[in-house]
Amino acid sequence: MGHDASHDAPKGLTRWLCSTNHKDIGTLYIIFALIAGLLGAAFSVMLRMELMEPGDQYFGGNYQFYNVCLTAHALLMVFFLIMPALIGGFGNWFVPLMIGAPDMAFPRMNNISFWLLVPSIILLITSAFVGAGEARGVGTGWTIYPPLSVVDANHRGIALDLAIFSLHLAGISSILGAINFIVTIFNMRTPGMTLAKMPLFAWAILITAFLLLLALPVLGGAITMLLTDRNLGTNFFNPAGGGDPVLFQHLFWFFGHPEVYVLILPAFGIISEVVSTFSRKPVFGYLGMVGAMSCIGVLGFVVWAHHMFTVGLSANVQAYYMFATMVIAVPTGIKIFSWIATMWGGSIEFKTPMLFAIGFIFLFTVGGVTGVVLANSALDIPMQDTYYVVAHFHYTMSLGALFGIFTAFYYWIGKMSGYQYKEWMGKVHFWTFFIGTNLTFFPQHFLGLAGMPRRIPDYTDVYAGWNYWSSIGSFISAGSAIWFLIVVLELFLAKRKAGNNPWGDGAKTIEWTVSSPPAFHSFETQPKFEQAGHAHH
Amino acid sequence: MMRFLFAAILMLTAGYGVDALAAAEGLATPWQLNFQPAASPVMAKFVSMHHFLLILITVITLFVFALLAYVCLRFNRKANPVPSKNAHNTTIEILWTVIPVLILIAIAIPSFRLFFGCVHTIGCTEDGKPANVDLTLKVVGYQWYWNYEYPDHQIQYDSYMKKEADLAPGEPRLLAVDNPIVVPVNANVRVLVTGGDVIHAFAMPAFGVKIDAVPGRLNETWFRAEKEGTYYGQCSELCGRLHGFMPIQIEVVSKERFDQWIEQKKKQLSSNNGAESVRAEVQQ
Repeated sequence: MGHDASHDAPKGLTRWLCSTNHKDIGTLYIIFALIAGLLGAAFSVMLRMELMEPGDQYFGGNYQFYNVCLTAHALLMVFFLIMPALIGGFGNWFVPLMIGAPDMAFPRMNNISFWLLVPSIILLITSAFVGAGEARGVGTGWTIYPPLSVVDANHRGIALDLAIFSLHLAGISSILGAINFIVTIFNMRTPGMTLAKMPLFAWAILITAFLLLLALPVLGGAITMLLTDRNLGTNFFNPAGGGDPVLFQHLFWFFGHPEVYVLILPAFGIISEVVSTFSRKPVFGYLGMVGAMSCIGVLGFVVWAHHMFTVGLSANVQAYYMFATMVIAVPTGIKIFSWIATMWGGSIEFKTPMLFAIGFIFLFTVGGVTGVVLANSALDIPMQDTYYVVAHFHYTMSLGALFGIFTAFYYWIGKMSGYQYKEWMGKVHFWTFFIGTNLTFFPQHFLGLAGMPRRIPDYTDVYAGWNYWSSIGSFISAGSAIWFLIVVLELFLAKRKAGNNPWGDGAKTIEWTVSSPPAFHSFETQPKFEQAGHAHH
Repeated sequence: MMRFLFAAILMLTAGYGVDALAAAEGLATPWQLNFQPAASPVMAKFVSMHHFLLILITVITLFVFALLAYVCLRFNRKANPVPSKNAHNTTIEILWTVIPVLILIAIAIPSFRLFFGCVHTIGCTEDGKPANVDLTLKVVGYQWYWNYEYPDHQIQYDSYMKKEADLAPGEPRLLAVDNPIVVPVNANVRVLVTGGDVIHAFAMPAFGVKIDAVPGRLNETWFRAEKEGTYYGQCSELCGRLHGFMPIQIEVVSKERFDQWIEQKKKQLSSNNGAESVRAEVQQ
């Protein structure tokens, strides 16, 4: 019998500043992600307000500030909402629980990973305020391409350097976290849980961790080279000094493409868990799902230049990238069909997590097929840098990854907090968010085909119609986000006990066998892993 | 002064031709759902390729939606209280791997043909051999305007977006420029593009042209405009504060009008001692 856990648990500042507990650190990440997400959403609402009608309205003609807002929106959403929520938040909370481990392999390094994000976001936010007059903030887009990010008159100050340091810290945070997840998953599974029996969410996090480990150092290199070009007289990206601006794009996208799979793979894992739970059926084709995620991970490293189809690469090189990019559609399709096959023959209950999961399956398909269109290097030419691309990645990100985050939230909030959300309120959130995001982003396909470029603060009058409705959609989505906050507040005030397992016999992973919330040290003894009900190999 | 005015008016009206509605061509229409009408063979092929893909992806998406709707209706808890335990079916796993591969091959074959044969072969000829270049245009992107050079005719000038106050009636806001490109209809135009400071991108939706203007790099593309008219495009790579305000305007005119315009432009530029003609102030 283990010792009494309660006298072990630290309190106050020690507990939250110097945590070595994966659940507490997961909670910190989720709260952080919520705040950053609201900030990122606020920027997007500002952009949509400006774009609601042709002409200058709220930005008063300050186009640098408009560019700063769109840059901040992207960086906040990618590095401070999606990654912290999915990997740092739900990954930290549930990977150890699911594999029956007492904590992560490196609990103190886990804490460092979280707390690095705080100075990181402070640096980013600070960057928006430094600079004299118009030369304020980072208005280069999250891609920070040189020479714009080196020679532009509005980017000579330290704002961009602060943003580079922000990315350095966020990168280190993720690399350390990746090491932690890989070592934990490889070494600390409870007896009986071979890799081939591990829950798919743990697999998703494992593969994501490898992507982070291999891709982030390249970003670190690229942005350090940018830093020295800006400040120390190097010429990596300066043609006058023998360098090449396109080199930065290769380095950035070598990171950037795996990064988008980092953003979606954990969501894939969550969808697998939720669809299985609410269909009361094991996931169809478990090994195929593992294989598909692995293929996506590996292939994701060799397709980066499809972001560079108009840069002037040779035709043969572009043809290769088109071919490789199209191949990724196959494993992704396998996953979509496997989730549907999981539901087929099941006994489905449409609770809020399942609604978000089904929404994900459909909407990620929409985003995915426009990706297949964009993969064609020829057809990409009229679409590159237009709103068609914006629509594509928002379907996969906002209607993909973010739906995945909400799926996870509703699925696991009872376990994390001990209190269950109110079902009808969750459903209202789902429907308002579904309507809002689709109204925001579907018309953007039309705008892109019609030729509207991206990253512009004003447009010629013919684009007004769809822009207006896209903006209305963004306001509905914002209202939905506020409703979500009310759902969260209500569940903490009403204090309905969730119990160990609110989801019934479809919930088969280990976290549902412990209390809600779990004890500070989740397991008194090592949990026995039996295969009952799971038809894994 | 009168000569200059005459030249300016001739230049401005050159692209409009007889049809007063030509001003509405070469840019999108409100509530547009698809590409702008193609004015080049490459764009026409893009439009039909996209049409093919759009049908394909719509069918796939509707198929997924139908499957989801079916499982939700047929296998909800009330309709199917006891779930099956079936988690394998090798046949279907093979099918949903092989069929997508076949679909991708069906997409890739015409796509590669289009890419190599048309996008990367000047003239987009049937036999795949590059056709003759009739005109070379050199384009340099600057913050925040374009510089155009006709090396064959030794003229060079800047092109700035027109401020709203300077727009002629019917000219679209944020798209009209003071000194447009002028090309003869049905000419194979080779476009050499580079950047003068930061990366820009030269784009013309109606021709299916888009190529980055990268400092230190000379990129090449081509187009053949097959319909006279006025066409608009916009810079397509974020290049700083006024990225949204450095549009491209191309006037496609008959060969005779083009030759006239070349003469007028030469005179105009030399009368200004080689300096660019009236440059609209960049919108603040």
